[in-house]
Amino acid sequence: MTATGVRSAIRATGLRKSYGDLVVLDGIDLEVAEGTVYALLGPNGAGKTTAVHIMATLLAADGGDVQIAGHDVAREPDAVRAVIGLTGQVSAVDKLFTGEENLRLMADLRHLGKVDGRRRVDELLERFDLVDAAKKPAATYSGGMRRRLDLAMTLVGDPRIIFLDEPTTGLDPRSRRVMWQLIRELVASGVTILLTTQYLEEADRLAHRIGVLDKGVMVAEGTPNELKRLVPGGHIRLSFTDAPALERAALAFDGAVRDDESLTLQIPSDGRVDSLRALLDRLDAGSIEVGELSVETPDLDDVFLSLTGDHDKEKVPA
Amino acid sequence: MIAVNPYTLTDSATMLRRNLRRMRRYPSLTIFIAGIPVVLLLLFVYVLGGTLGAGLGDVSWGREEYIAYVVPGILLITVAGASQGTAISIAMDMTEGIIARFRTMAIARSAVLTGHVIGSVIQTLLALAIVVAVALLIGFRPTTGAAEWLAAAGLLALAALAISWLSVALGMVPKDVETASNLPMFLVLLPFLSSGFVPTESMPGPLGWFAEHQPFTPIIETVRGLLLGTPIGNSGVLAVAWCVGLSIVGFLWSRRLYDRNPAS
Repeated sequence: MTATGVRSAIRATGLRKSYGDLVVLDGIDLEVAEGTVYALLGPNGAGKTTAVHIMATLLAADGGDVQIAGHDVAREPDAVRAVIGLTGQVSAVDKLFTGEENLRLMADLRHLGKVDGRRRVDELLERFDLVDAAKKPAATYSGGMRRRLDLAMTLVGDPRIIFLDEPTTGLDPRSRRVMWQLIRELVASGVTILLTTQYLEEADRLAHRIGVLDKGVMVAEGTPNELKRLVPGGHIRLSFTDAPALERAALAFDGAVRDDESLTLQIPSDGRVDSLRALLDRLDAGSIEVGELSVETPDLDDVFLSLTGDHDKEKVPA
Repeated sequence: MIAVNPYTLTDSATMLRRNLRRMRRYPSLTIFIAGIPVVLLLLFVYVLGGTLGAGLGDVSWGREEYIAYVVPGILLITVAGASQGTAISIAMDMTEGIIARFRTMAIARSAVLTGHVIGSVIQTLLALAIVVAVALLIGFRPTTGAAEWLAAAGLLALAALAISWLSVALGMVPKDVETASNLPMFLVLLPFLSSGFVPTESMPGPLGWFAEHQPFTPIIETVRGLLLGTPIGNSGVLAVAWCVGLSIVGFLWSRRLYDRNPAS
């Protein structure tokens, strides 16, 4: 689906990795066009972090190959390292150092020189809203601040390609929004981003393309809209006031998903008026009392659940 | 083997500055490294020294003579004891995720490790200075000149280099800081089974043989000879050979552990 004429920043083919008998990645292919955001979406243990570690030269693959900006990760790791940045799940800041010292350290390791280094550090402190905390040790930072510092450190060397491994996991809603804004600004400046996430909403909002990873296999791939189209329609959600009503309704509708705890029934539907009318007629015919009715259009939750064959049909709150 | 990277020196210096700054932020480690040998020195001299001194050769000898005998051993205890601090600090780094960041940056591969090792050698030399000052205070009177002092300091620095490379490797073997802090324990105990506290001849058969042939004994004998004028014999050559050999083993082992795949 990569538009012709656009170079791919990341291209992985047939990526495999196992630890003993445990297959973590079972032949992953993915391609990320320059200047776009690609989200690797999947539950815990799907292999997202392993994939990122291989692409970021931290881990050797058992099979397949990865090209980052045209360089092979296995053969030219240093050429790859020169263009990438990684912000991992575990915060990669020196907690005994202040925010400013952490950034200075990165500037030194990127060989920026005294003047350029200082300018870059000041600029990043400003941009990431860390000026007030610059002289305080990172150990005293809140989760959101530490994550911002982490990303700022990644940006010191102006990487063209950035890997963000679950950038918002554990953040409060406000910090998460700040992070999203920072990611959007990066993309606007032409950086290519590959991020992993368990949050469907995050992938939907940020990514141009999404790969759904489950148990080491890419179960679906496409734009958010393409993925939504994979699920034929939305559903109608009926809430009941008592269990017998739910019971009768469940018998009346084949293929409906019932939830005994919340006394709700989800009936697949395309959301059109005539199908809604048909549904109501059927409820009337069976004299089934319905508390509430809502029409829900498909979102990535539905895609996720239907693709990954999740065992419990519980929805992830967005 | 040693990567040809124009920035190896710059990067190593950056990492060294980082480690020295961390030591200043976390001074309890350095204090602990100097504190333990000082306590041992006082213990051996004031509690055991009177009796041990008389057993050294002449029955008329006592505490004064034992101070002279035991100080080289205590200096090596200081060098060996620093291994725990080194292992702890590298293990802390490994668990904190900043090493993963370093690994994904185009910096000289060995810089992270070199920074830790040189930092820990400097830390050991600081601790040695404190121990020597206390020894002088309680009556240690070396009999030789400045050149010998310098040679002794050089040998101790070399021993610190060997111990540091080994402890960097030991600190990377386990996945957690707690285990990492215990692994170098055998290095800390090794100087006790040497000629540092009593002559090796006074130990029973196999133990005496071990004490005579383990690396700390020639190092201690050489330091003793340099500071007090006792005969050195072939101990000097053996001491340098052990230090260089162990440094190389530690360096290669550390490099291997550092390059291995993280996470499992």
